Parts: sequence; C-alpha cells; structure tokens
Amino acid sequence: MTVVASDVPVARFRLGLGAIHTIEAILIPVGALIASAILFSIFLLILGKSPITFFSLIWTGGFGSAFSIQNTLQRSAPLILTGLAFAIPARIGLTLIGAEGALVLGGFAAAVTAIPLVTGGVTPVIGLPLMAISAMAVGAVWIGLAGWLRHYRGVNETISSLLLSYIAIAIMNFFVEGLLRDPGSANKPSTMPIGDAYRIGPMPGTSVHWGLAAGLVLAVALYILMSRTTFGFAARMTGGNVRAAQAQGLPVGMLVVGCCAIAGLCAGLAGFFEVAAVHGQANASLVAGYGFTGILVAFLARQNPLAVVPVAIMFGALAAAGGLVQRRMGMPDATVLVLQGIIFVVLLTSETFYGRIPFLQARRSGERT
Amino acid sequence: MSSNELFIVLIAMIGGAIRVSTPFMFVALGETITEKSGRINLGLEGNLVLGAMVAYAGSYSTGSPWLGVLMAGCAGLVLGAMHGYICKLPKVNDIAVGIAFMSFGTGLAFFFGKPYIQPSAPKLEAILLGEWTGNTQIAQALQVNPLFFVGIALAVFLWWAFANTRWGLILRMTGDSAASARAMGVSIDLVRLLATAAGGFLAGVGGAFLSLYYPGSWNEGLSSGQGLMAVALVIFARWDPIRCVYAALLFGAAGALGPALQSIGISQGYYFFNAAPYILTLFIMIASAQSKSAAREVPGELSIVK
Repeated sequence: MTVVASDVPVARFRLGLGAIHTIEAILIPVGALIASAILFSIFLLILGKSPITFFSLIWTGGFGSAFSIQNTLQRSAPLILTGLAFAIPARIGLTLIGAEGALVLGGFAAAVTAIPLVTGGVTPVIGLPLMAISAMAVGAVWIGLAGWLRHYRGVNETISSLLLSYIAIAIMNFFVEGLLRDPGSANKPSTMPIGDAYRIGPMPGTSVHWGLAAGLVLAVALYILMSRTTFGFAARMTGGNVRAAQAQGLPVGMLVVGCCAIAGLCAGLAGFFEVAAVHGQANASLVAGYGFTGILVAFLARQNPLAVVPVAIMFGALAAAGGLVQRRMGMPDATVLVLQGIIFVVLLTSETFYGRIPFLQARRSGERT
Repeated sequence: MSSNELFIVLIAMIGGAIRVSTPFMFVALGETITEKSGRINLGLEGNLVLGAMVAYAGSYSTGSPWLGVLMAGCAGLVLGAMHGYICKLPKVNDIAVGIAFMSFGTGLAFFFGKPYIQPSAPKLEAILLGEWTGNTQIAQALQVNPLFFVGIALAVFLWWAFANTRWGLILRMTGDSAASARAMGVSIDLVRLLATAAGGFLAGVGGAFLSLYYPGSWNEGLSSGQGLMAVALVIFARWDPIRCVYAALLFGAAGALGPALQSIGISQGYYFFNAAPYILTLFIMIASAQSKSAAREVPGELSIVK
C-alpha cells in the first residue's frame, strides 16, 4: 500500500511515448550539433583562428544576403535529393552509401540522352522529361542493383553500394575521356553541351533552379509514402524485423529493391538537375561529394524525409559559405569537410542517448521513484 | 599482341601486384584483427588517407621516411582508438560510425595536407632484387619496398599468433561469442578497443606506403576507396591473415592491369581498366557471400554478416 501511495504525486506529469520520441529526435541531434560546434571551435582556437569569425562568416555566406540565400538553396537542392536517397533505404534497414554514383551516372545518362535530342532538334518540352526519365531510371537500376544483391545474394549493401559508386564514376570517365568526348572540351573532358535551349532556367523571381522544387515535392511525397501508405508501413516493418515481415507474408525482396530504386531515382534526378541546370554537360564536376554529404544529412534528419529539407539547407549554407571562409580566414576549402566530419562522429555518438535521458523516461509500472 | 609484349605486360603486372598490394595487405591485416574481435571498422579508408598525409608531412619535416611511417601509424592508432571507444557505447552502430570516420579522417587529411601537395618529401628506398638479371623490365618489377616484406612477416606472425597464443585465443573468443568471453572474465570492450586501435595503426602504415613509395606523393585523389576494398577483401580472405596476402596480391595485379597495358601502348580503355579492382571486389563479394566455408569461418559476433 505504501508503494501505491508514494507513486501518486509522481503521476501528475507524464509525457506520452510518442511525445518523448519526438522530443528526443529533436533534442539529441540539436545537442550533437551544439557539441560539434564547440569541438570545432576548440579546433579553430588551437589553430589560432577565431571561432566567432568563422561562424559569423558561415552565417553571412549562407544567409547574409539575397544572393547568399539563393546560393545556399541552389546547393541544398541536390543535398535534399541525396539525403532522401539515404533516408528511404535506411527505413527498411539498409545502409546504402552509393548515392554519389547514382547521381554521377544519372547526370551522365541525362547528358547522353540529350545528344540525339539536341542534334535532332527535338523541342525541350519533350526532350527534358526524356532526359529526366533516363537519369532516374539509370539511378534506380544502379542503387536497385545494390538492394537486389543484398536481398537475393546476401552481399553487404554498404560496401557494394560504395564500390558501385566508384564503378559509376569510372564508367563516366571512360566515355567522357573517349567515345563521347566533345572535341571542344580541351582542358576538361566533357560530353557535348546540351545548349541554351535545353538549359533549365531558374524558378521565376529567383536564381535557384527547379531542382529545389523537385526536392521539396519528393520530400513531401516520400514522407507520405513512408508514413501513410501500406507500402511505407510494410517497409518500416521490414526494417524493424525482417523475419517477422517474412512470417507475415510481406514481399520483402520487392520492398527492399523498391526502396533502393526510389533512392536511386532521387539521386539520378539530382544528377539530371546538375547537368540540365548547373553544368550543361557531364564531366568530372558531377563528382562533387553531394552523395556523401547526403548521408550526413539523412542521419541528422533521423531518416525523416521532411526533416531532410531543413538539414539539407543547413549543409547547403555550409557549402555556400565555404568560399568566403577560404578567402577571409585563409583556411583551406577542406575546413568544411573537417566540420562535417566532426558533426558526423558526434552525431553518431549521440545515438547512445536515445532512451537514456533521465528526465524524459516514462516510468514503467512497478518502478519506484 | 606479340609474345614479347605479353611478357612485358606479365612482368609489369607482377611488379605492379607487389607494389600495389602492400597498402591492401596492411589495411586487410588490420581489419582482420578488428573483425576477429567481433567488430567491423568501415572507416579504415579514413585512416589510410590520413596516414598517407601524416607520413608525407612527417617525412618532409623530419627528413626520415621511416619516422613518417611511424607517425602515420600513430595517427591511424588514434582514429582507431576513437572508433573503438565510441562503438563500445550502447546503441551505437559500428558500420555507421565507420562511415563517419571515413569522412572525418579524409577531412582532416585534406585540411592539414594542403601545404604538402607541392613539396617533395624523402621517399622510402626500395630493395633492388632484380639487378642480376640484366633485364630492365624485370629489374624494375623487382624493386620491392621493405614494407612489403614487413607485411608478409606480419601476416605469418598473426596467423601463428591467432592459433597459438593466449592473446590470439582471447581475441577469437571475444569475436565468436561475447557471452563466453564475459564468462571467462575478459573485458570485451577493452579487447575490441585494442583490436580496433591496432587495426587503425596498420591502416595508417598502409597509407604511409601510398604517399612515400607508390604512387609516392601526397594528393587528395591518392586512395579512392582502397581502404574500403581492403575491408571487402577480408571477407573474401575469410579472416585468415595468409589468405589476406594472396587476396591483396590478386587485387594488386588487378590494379596494375591498366598501367601495364598502357606500358605497351594500349591506352584505349585505361579508365575502364582502372575500374577493374572495384569490379573484381564486387564479384568476389558476390561469390564469397554464397560460400559455405565463409559462413563457417565468420566471427560469430560480426554485425556485417548477421
């Protein structure tokens, strides 16, 4: 009886489990970001640089003016897409790090598709969708292959997807340096330029290309797909426990390959926009590390497609401000990489706090205070 | 292709296999130690790149390449120990942490490596084993770096130590069954921490070979995934140090295919042959994932094969 009596006053304030999960999912990543910023400040102080200058430059370079905001958004567009490319397979329990390859190969496929269309004089209204479709299809096949190997052949998807990335880059280099090299590209071997008619202009009133809109639409669509449909439920259930999903008769193989194909589709689309809106041709500039930053974006967003958007914008700002930091503080462009690395390590270390923050724990029945 | 050209390609590939295989060998041996303890470190790519940078910088500033090798090993040791420490925390996923260290290690290397791209540092000397033949191609192919022999000696030692020493037994027990290790009073976290740190040290030394011998300079495109391929290679070698050496030689030969063909004037498809090691790794992974003997020899605690 005494136990019951002592429990009563505690019961007046309790959070539901769902609320606790939400608070944790925000509190812990934000805490990790703050901890990373402190660690990086110490790193800067050791090097004799001012952390205050650094972070204020990041703010100026990322959000300080209309120009820098547009620059940030421009860079976050591919990050949204590659972040989604990591987040969706992660929901089904796969750690796929091959978005870089799917982006490169997708962009290359778009540029190659453009060659007969441009020389044949096909109108961009038909041509551009064809380029986008081929980019998405190639990306979907590329990442889908890693998923297929995982499910039907038992090949570790993390390693195979990264190997496929290197193979994708080699394939592009092989063609760009040889068969499909545009004779006009002397210093930097590239495919034939797609020409001004095929270039996707900026969205009205901005200088940001349409990739951002595509990223936003896909993020919302994939959020709905993963949390509000049968497919998403089945995928998340498979991610939770493959054997249970199989026992329930879910088509696990189809789900795995499907999620991977969606991931490849996103990454391939990012490649399409890089070619059609940014570079105008396929060359080594496509290998810009967007695929790898996307992994970090997805981790920080806790694999939630909607959360991918703000996180991608944050890393877009970091990339956009990189040049400013380089010029003003005399620091190498790899500074951003160090900061990203620190965030990455601290973030994964912070995983250990889930379910272990003392004041957030729901009291289990029978537990004394 | 005439028989003479075939001979040149073969010699170039043997020489290339010896040259290119050394970093694979070191990373693979390091990863074998780590995986034998039941943990996987996918981040050795980061150790390799950071090791390459530190070795080059160390050799440049001290004038002694061997001191550079040691410093590279220590840099790798620190990264490995950090990985080992973080992974002992509950709910932390060792594969994801590996990806993070891949990016952290390369980021640090690129950051501190900027001033060392231009200057030229003292390199490791090769042992000339083929001078007596009087044939320039053979002599060139048989310029072997001492680290190659260190790697082979290490492989033999590890093979012996895993089977015959107390430490080897504790390591294998921790990797096969955490429960029995705990029952024997072994601290699993400590064993895994030490195993990951040792693996990191060896990967750093492998990186030193890249920058101080072959290709023999520091730049940001130095490694491109060799550390990761070596991790895949360990699975193929079924966690056996001796088989790691064979596998590393095979990878070295695959990597030497492009340059070897170029040496007789076949430059068409150079970029395609550059992809040969990746494609080979992928096929090897497909083959070894199906193999029953691999399933028998895998350390029981390893998350990558569960």
